[in-house]
Amino acid sequence: MRFSFVFSEMGIAIKRNLSMVISVILVTFISLTFVGTAGLLQQQIVSMKTYWYDKAQVAVYLCTKTSPQDVCPQGEASKDVQNTVTGRLESKTLAPYIDKYYFENHQQAYKTFQKEFKDNAVAKYVTPAQLNETFWINLKDSNQAPIIIESFNGLSGIEEVKDQRTYLDQIFSMLNIASLAAISIAGLMLFSAVLLISTTIRLSAVMRRREIGIMRLVGASNFYIQLPFILEGVVAGVIGSLLAGGAIFAIVQFFVQGFLAESLPFTSFVGISDALALLPGLVLVGAGLAAIAAASSIRRYLRV
Amino acid sequence: MISISQVSKSYRGAPRAALDDISIEIDKGEFVFLVGASGSGKSSLMRMILREDLPTSGSIHVLGENLVGIPNRRVPHFRRKLGVVFQDFRLLPNKTAAQNVAFSLEVIGKSAGFITEAVPEVLRLVGLEDKANSLPSELSGGEQQRIALARAIVNKPAILLADEPTGNLDPATSEGIMALLDRINLAGTTIVMATHDRGIVDRGRKRVVELSQGKIVRDERSSGYGLER
Repeated sequence: MRFSFVFSEMGIAIKRNLSMVISVILVTFISLTFVGTAGLLQQQIVSMKTYWYDKAQVAVYLCTKTSPQDVCPQGEASKDVQNTVTGRLESKTLAPYIDKYYFENHQQAYKTFQKEFKDNAVAKYVTPAQLNETFWINLKDSNQAPIIIESFNGLSGIEEVKDQRTYLDQIFSMLNIASLAAISIAGLMLFSAVLLISTTIRLSAVMRRREIGIMRLVGASNFYIQLPFILEGVVAGVIGSLLAGGAIFAIVQFFVQGFLAESLPFTSFVGISDALALLPGLVLVGAGLAAIAAASSIRRYLRV
Repeated sequence: MISISQVSKSYRGAPRAALDDISIEIDKGEFVFLVGASGSGKSSLMRMILREDLPTSGSIHVLGENLVGIPNRRVPHFRRKLGVVFQDFRLLPNKTAAQNVAFSLEVIGKSAGFITEAVPEVLRLVGLEDKANSLPSELSGGEQQRIALARAIVNKPAILLADEPTGNLDPATSEGIMALLDRINLAGTTIVMATHDRGIVDRGRKRVVELSQGKIVRDERSSGYGLER
């Protein structure tokens, strides 16, 4: 096996077929950029989920004067209701699940509300009495929220028990849809990359049919004949995937770390190390797909 | 060396068989002319010996290999023991004479050392050592065929198949090629040559196998091209 010869043959093939090779590089580049972005988005979702789920609380809203009649027929919750809830939270059954909890009365709720809706017109019309007195509960494990909901639901004087994770789930499902869309586009692009590689290799084989004919006559092994073509595809695939890696680094460095991380300082975002971890996978996918596409298209062309 | 037994070949859609129950033995060191009109089956037979095609029925043994049963992956190694030249030379236009010869050694994985020794030697044998760095376009037809011959024999094949090697050459140049083929034959290489060239066959006085409509109609030693038909 003479590698210098195989590589020089491959170089000649790439030079002759340059425009097709460039198009393979570009399509691989774009499709793998989508794959990588979708991968990072998934990682981002997972890390945000762990972060926010840990912060998510279960809220036990007590009845107010203005609560709907069918849930709170007796109107404003009495002191007794507060004591009952406190009692249950401190009880042997629930206490092991609870990290901490605190009670927010009308005045505190009003303050928080005024702060959060400072620039909103609704802040002017709301009175403290309209806002629920609330028990905010932090769980040791946010997955156990149903236990709390179960034990307070239907208790008289309680308007609603709400797991904050339900709000987060909506945001995450939207992010999930975005990453799914990126994956589908990436899939389509990868498919067209595979077709383009097969076409390129077949074109390359047609352009070099004299050489191939002579190689077969003098008894070059199939592997030896095919290798320059497969390498041609693999080189294009690897260049494309390295470009995709570069694009993903740029996205992480300039958009995520440079822009998002500065405008949302308390969120942990994917970093360069995550992009670095993704790179071998991208190169493997790029090179592997190119090798398979090139080998299968050249094999059909070169029967002994 | 070459043993062909009851070989028939029919192509789909063709009205008659390309080869029809052909049997022939060719021994080591023989020089055989295959003659016959176009379409008589000469090329089909050459393709079978090279294992470019398989017979519909019958058996072919070349250099101890059963070509009907040989697995595909062993075919390249089998072909390394054969040399082939064609009417149209089949040289690579962008490689020099020496590179064309070297190419056939490079693709079967010969070492660089072997190639640098073998290529000038074979170019000297065909009388073109001074044209080593010329491109095919700078060479005459006869010179191009000599390069093709050099390429065919550089790996010292046991059998040389020549398909109309003088078909594109003038009579004087053809004589030169024939003289070269005779020398290669004398050195021990078996030669099977398909040709239409009456003069060459008549002067050669060698074994002549005549094909007509896929059948062998004549197989004579020290013979000529045959009657005008």
